[in-house]
Amino acid sequence: MILTVKLFANLRQGRFKVRDMDFSEGTTVQQVMEYLSISKKEMAIGIIFINGKRANFDSVLEDNDTLAIFPPVAGG
Amino acid sequence: MFGWIGKVLRIDLSSGTIKTEDLKKDDLRNYIGARGLGTKIFTDEVDAKVEPLSVENKIIYMTGPVTGTAASSGGRFNVVTKGPLNGTIAASNSGGSFGPELKFAGYDGIIIEGKSAKPVYISINNDEVEIRDASEIWGKDVVQTTDMIKAETDDEAKVSCIGPAGENLVKFACIMNEYNRAAGRSGVGAVMGFKNLKGIAVRGSGGIKVADPDGFMQAIVDARSKLKAHPVTGQGLAAYGTNVLVNILNAHGGLPVKNFSEAAIFPNAEKISGEYQAEKYLVRNKGCFGCPIGCGRVTKISKGKYKGFGEGPEYEATWVFGANLNIDDFEAVSKANFLCNELGMDPITLGGTISCAVEMYEKHLIPEDDVETQLRWGDTDMLVEMTRKTAYREGFGDKLAEGSYRLAESYGHPEFSMTVKKQELPAYDPRGQQGIGLEYATSNRGGCHVRGYMTSPEVLGIPVVVDPDATEGKPELLKIFQDLTGLCDSAGICLFTTFAIGLPEISEQVRTATGLKLTDEEFLLAGERIWNLERLFNLNAGFSKDDDILPPRLVEVPMADGPHKGRVTELDKMLPHYYEIRGWDENGVPTGEKKSELGIS
Repeated sequence: MILTVKLFANLRQGRFKVRDMDFSEGTTVQQVMEYLSISKKEMAIGIIFINGKRANFDSVLEDNDTLAIFPPVAGG
Repeated sequence: MFGWIGKVLRIDLSSGTIKTEDLKKDDLRNYIGARGLGTKIFTDEVDAKVEPLSVENKIIYMTGPVTGTAASSGGRFNVVTKGPLNGTIAASNSGGSFGPELKFAGYDGIIIEGKSAKPVYISINNDEVEIRDASEIWGKDVVQTTDMIKAETDDEAKVSCIGPAGENLVKFACIMNEYNRAAGRSGVGAVMGFKNLKGIAVRGSGGIKVADPDGFMQAIVDARSKLKAHPVTGQGLAAYGTNVLVNILNAHGGLPVKNFSEAAIFPNAEKISGEYQAEKYLVRNKGCFGCPIGCGRVTKISKGKYKGFGEGPEYEATWVFGANLNIDDFEAVSKANFLCNELGMDPITLGGTISCAVEMYEKHLIPEDDVETQLRWGDTDMLVEMTRKTAYREGFGDKLAEGSYRLAESYGHPEFSMTVKKQELPAYDPRGQQGIGLEYATSNRGGCHVRGYMTSPEVLGIPVVVDPDATEGKPELLKIFQDLTGLCDSAGICLFTTFAIGLPEISEQVRTATGLKLTDEEFLLAGERIWNLERLFNLNAGFSKDDDILPPRLVEVPMADGPHKGRVTELDKMLPHYYEIRGWDENGVPTGEKKSELGIS
């Protein structure tokens, strides 16, 4: 299945901003993170959106999903 | 006295008299400082029905008990007055080091009364306080004014002043501190302009005593360690500033576009994002007094027609000059923001007002003959030109200077003004965040995001993750956020610390600094007392539950697309319960029981 993966802030360093990627059916957010070498610790309070809806490490992705991963950042 | 100095200056600009007065111990205990204490003194002394731009209105600068100490990000002060933009109680919060310097000079605050017959500024150097002629400075921008006042007083003086916007009574003029820090909202700068007060310079060489030096040291080390260890306050805000929110809110589907008229997703968000700013234009980050976070942006546009150098833009300004005007040119956005700093205007209200004007112009509700240039979405030159014209009230800028509500109402269509209580909304579409809708509707100064920042739990997941689309539980959460913010603002601590620390750490710093024997819960109760005092002032000023509303678009027109497609803000599901848990009656009026619990009348 094809996912659009978007990375933000310092997660882009050594990786990319946005990329379409091919993963097998049933892939979870955590598996995508492992593939991208993003540690769970680094993302302990980070923000994960699937199609704009809040998700977590165990969320299962579907074909054509947009996965957005933000490290722990905030503002106001 | 510990923490507080215990003394304020009272300056009557009409008579030219300058006095010092002792603060009342009960007021310090009950209202802490800064926003709370300033509001208590203001509401004791000024009739709620006072005309904001009148001799009878006062301006109170007030610091908090930990302002100027080594507390975590304890550099803040508030300017309290009745705001000319909307007539609510205005407490505009600023960082920098003006507040600390005022305490070093020996004062917790300044109460400014009356009106000078000619332009003046106030010079404070420890116990030497003078009202000086400012005829030569009047008309100058914030940078020139600050430089000139420093040259006449002390090169190390901290200067708080207004720019041309304040002089020209622009309803959303700021008070600018040390060039780029702002007491930004509600139009506090116009009150200063009305009083012919161009600025205040302060230089102090004293210190601040704390009640329990060992305990205080422990408390600040604890708070500062937590700020350093937390990824947001320890790294994220310094690296990307508040603008990192552009991409987050866009991915969330809550970044308002074109005056909230379209789905809250801006296709070119990346080009105005914090990441883009850091990559292309950021010179360095910058912190206020005693702040380890350093969220400030020093930004340089090296070439082109929007060439410039200054601070910001922050998230709110970037959004309002960017997505909300359909502009994806970061250089133009920066230019408009720099102009706001130099001329002394609130970017949120300015951008919201221009956006409202563009939408009405495109819908032919503003006749072409009324405007000297076309008002179109995405027009960067128009943005920069209208920013300048507004500060000087030139041409159509004279209408913009009144804010979007008066503008839209003058053409018979107030519904296009995206305001609550006539103050422009910030950068979060409440159809994608139910809690912030309730926050906007109940904010004591109208449209505002820093009176209980519901984006933190609803979008960022700090300190807890909550469903942004849910209404259940939001009144309870908002009440805690509003009360805690009241305490934080009154202590003199920056609200951004609350991404990493909370009630226990704030309370302990204030407790050990002042010697106040209050529990954490009693400190939070002070925040609630302050919230209710502000509410009572607004009710006495003539506001009612009929004003606890949102623009019709946000409660009637469903979000067009994105993750929150089809949603409206369900304010009616939250507001009655909010009143109930606040201890207010069905009209939103604090009950006798609540007032007696809080010890207010």
